[in-house]
Amino acid sequence: MKPLRGYRRPAPGTQPEYLYPPYVSSLKRAPTKPLIPLPDSLSEITGPSFQKEIVPAKAFDLTRQGKGAPIGERIVVGGTVLDEDGHPIRESLVEIWQANSAGRYLHKIDQHDAPLDPNFTGAGQTFTDKEGRYRFITIRPGAYPWRNHANAWRPQHIHFSLFGPAFATRLITQMYFPGDPLLEFDPIFNSVPDDAAKRSLISKFDWATTTPEIALGFRFDIILCGRQATPME
Amino acid sequence: MSGLTTPSQTVGPYFGLGFSWLERTDLTEGATDGTRVTIRGRVLDGADQPVPDAVLEIWQADAKGRYAHSEDAIDLVAPNKFFGFGRVPVNDKGEFTFRTIKPGSVARPDGTPDSPHLVVSVFMRGLLRRLITRVYFPGEPTNETDAVLARVPLSRRQTIISHAVTADAETLVWDVHLQGKEETVFFE
Repeated sequence: MKPLRGYRRPAPGTQPEYLYPPYVSSLKRAPTKPLIPLPDSLSEITGPSFQKEIVPAKAFDLTRQGKGAPIGERIVVGGTVLDEDGHPIRESLVEIWQANSAGRYLHKIDQHDAPLDPNFTGAGQTFTDKEGRYRFITIRPGAYPWRNHANAWRPQHIHFSLFGPAFATRLITQMYFPGDPLLEFDPIFNSVPDDAAKRSLISKFDWATTTPEIALGFRFDIILCGRQATPME
Repeated sequence: MSGLTTPSQTVGPYFGLGFSWLERTDLTEGATDGTRVTIRGRVLDGADQPVPDAVLEIWQADAKGRYAHSEDAIDLVAPNKFFGFGRVPVNDKGEFTFRTIKPGSVARPDGTPDSPHLVVSVFMRGLLRRLITRVYFPGEPTNETDAVLARVPLSRRQTIISHAVTADAETLVWDVHLQGKEETVFFE
């Protein structure tokens, strides 16, 4: 039997605690009993291997899903997905979803009084390439109010969902924009204890991602957990 | 370049927008053998109220205990392979249901068998990170020796062992309690 090489747990402080009282929804949903450490097993070092064919070739371009162009500032969002040791996460599924430029989601429970855009769904998918790179074309999402506390507004953000090679590497996160004045007041962003880890969620304006005559570019690199150096017994 | 794992953030209330294209509640698609089972249950919060905005992701081995992954022995290009992935949203009443096959037991590095199980990620608004749990099957003799169940205090093991509601065990019930006396066992 081949020894298993498991995945490392994220470093302390880089991940939010489940219970973060300023984020009110965590109060009745965060577990109260200690988590039980899992021994390494095949169940967590394997995971779904999606075939590229499941994603239509145009699904990376959220500006071309309707009959016309969506309203708002067109942007390119791209970056590299690596593990903690710098190895590229190759040919791996990336999903995004977001509000439109007015801060409204195409979702039945979003009742924010802002217009829907008939040419914008706000959902996209792509696969990373052999170097772990991904790229989306989209519209800069608007900020929107939510009911966490009085006059609460979410900073502009794009939701990212990544699988990586294993059940253990699954990650869902949010990408923010540089200079957003709402960041310092947002309990979801501020739930990350470590300041450098928290700031890694803010994308960077990037000339290399910016497409001349087309759209400004924002770079958002993502790191998934790394593997154990030595096989575990 | 190397660095630290990117922080997790909640899926928020609108994840259906990004997730629905890949919903998969019938995992039996592609499976040639194995006992078909339906697993259903509810997701409940700390006030025992149903959670209407949660989604489960399932990962499991096939009937022989093999994973469709390059680090296990399944031939990835074989026809009729079992894929093993499910994405199962709850409905407005916090209820979910999915159909799958009962997985075989997976061998551990020391040769001992894991008891048949599914691994599960739970996502919802209010969870800043996913919850990780497992679903075991009732009446399995290997439940007594399983290396993961052995780490769970006896008084809490029932929270991750599904229970039969029909005589033939075709339908199994498993609820997710986020908090409270019956709080489900979650792993890290």
